[in-house]
Amino acid sequence: MNPRMLAATTARVLNQLRHDHRSIAMILVVPSVLLAVVYWLFENETLPPGIPRTFDRIGPIMLAIFPFVIMFLITSITMLRERTSGTLERLMTTPIHKADLLFGYGIAFAFMAALQSAIATGVAYWVFGLDIKGYGGLVVLVAVVNAVLGVSLGLFCSAFARTEFQAVQFMPIVVIPQILLCGLFVPRSQMNSVFQTLSDWMPLTYSVKALQEITANVDATSEMWRDLTIMAIVLLGLLALSSFTLRRKSS
Amino acid sequence: MEQSPAIEAKGLTVRLRRTEVLHEISFRVPEGGVTGLLGPSGSGKSTLMRSVMGVQRIASGTLHVLGRPAGTPALRPLVGYMTQDAAVYGDLTVLDNVRYFAALERKSRGDAREAIAAVGLTEFEKRKAVDLSGGQFSRVSLACALVGKPRVLVLDEPTVGLDPVLRVDLWERFRALADQGTTLLVSSHVMEEAGRCDSLLLLRDGRLLAQLTPDELRDRGKSQDLEQAFLGIIREVQPV
Repeated sequence: MNPRMLAATTARVLNQLRHDHRSIAMILVVPSVLLAVVYWLFENETLPPGIPRTFDRIGPIMLAIFPFVIMFLITSITMLRERTSGTLERLMTTPIHKADLLFGYGIAFAFMAALQSAIATGVAYWVFGLDIKGYGGLVVLVAVVNAVLGVSLGLFCSAFARTEFQAVQFMPIVVIPQILLCGLFVPRSQMNSVFQTLSDWMPLTYSVKALQEITANVDATSEMWRDLTIMAIVLLGLLALSSFTLRRKSS
Repeated sequence: MEQSPAIEAKGLTVRLRRTEVLHEISFRVPEGGVTGLLGPSGSGKSTLMRSVMGVQRIASGTLHVLGRPAGTPALRPLVGYMTQDAAVYGDLTVLDNVRYFAALERKSRGDAREAIAAVGLTEFEKRKAVDLSGGQFSRVSLACALVGKPRVLVLDEPTVGLDPVLRVDLWERFRALADQGTTLLVSSHVMEEAGRCDSLLLLRDGRLLAQLTPDELRDRGKSQDLEQAFLGIIREVQPV
């Protein structure tokens, strides 16, 4: 790896994003708007005393899902464009190392994810009074790791798509099952054993668990660090797999 | 001891999805000078260039650039490449595109400006690449290939779609680079451009018909017109 090439790639990816106002709005504004929708959906619910609001249960899960889904989508499309426009092959003829390219993408989108979750967490906390017991910075940390997880999954999946349409088709296959089984709709403890096992193998599950730990505990728990470590291992594994899909030579 | 040639192919054979597109091609390109790779569309020019750049797997034979097998990591800073379809980020400005490639070749911002000036795009440097005309767009790609100041430049149809004044301008620049010792391999399907090269590789249907100078081409093809001379050689090689 070469720091200058890594920095140049990060700057280039961010620079491309800067010209793309829609994607910026999708990253920075849409999560807060969707949070607002969820808040108002449950605005008039009547709860027995002592039972937390539905928003307090769903809010943290949404904070985990946004960066994952949005970064997956943006990365897989951007990387696919890089492959189809010929720039990827052109880059492979320069001294750049594959790791500079992959980590350049990772760092650029992790930065955007940090902004995104800072805004979304702030809105959830101050505007809608989301009850987070733990430290807000940890929420942002989990969101960033989760976003990079989405980035690495997107980089990996883009290798198996030939067109942007095919890339989008990975959403229902790769992303939606994780949303269904991560504990958003039904708590994991109430799922049947097959779904629980499947859920154990899905990375999004661990980010939801980590966020639930933060919202429920004042101090960072070892459970949370364990979940975070699992996410980090999965994302590094996916990045390593992605580097095998970036071939210098075509046959 | 003889200096190793800039590019040397021996029995180079390349297959694309089981179809053989280059058949046992052998040639040597000495260091310095402009070598034209000429042939009709579909003759295998781009595949040959991609092989030289090391992004195309070779089925058999050998291909060496500056004495090393094509695609060796050590070659990457030494060889510049302009692809046929401009490999440029449309959503970045001209300057940002060239500066990115400059950074990858360990060159400065000043080098990027110089390369942009060399292709005559200085007044457009703040413009997004996607907003440029087709000819300007491909010149951004050319600037990205020039910025690394490589010893070998592989240019895939660099003058396609350019206005005649600019075309002459670019060929003069290629000449100047060659005079400074750069080796240029330039493909074209316009035979008129062949006259500006020191040496020609004539490619047709994935076979190398001949390697010769423009004068030798006129002699052997029995025509002062290079297009006619090329036809003459095709008839000589494959009698109708």
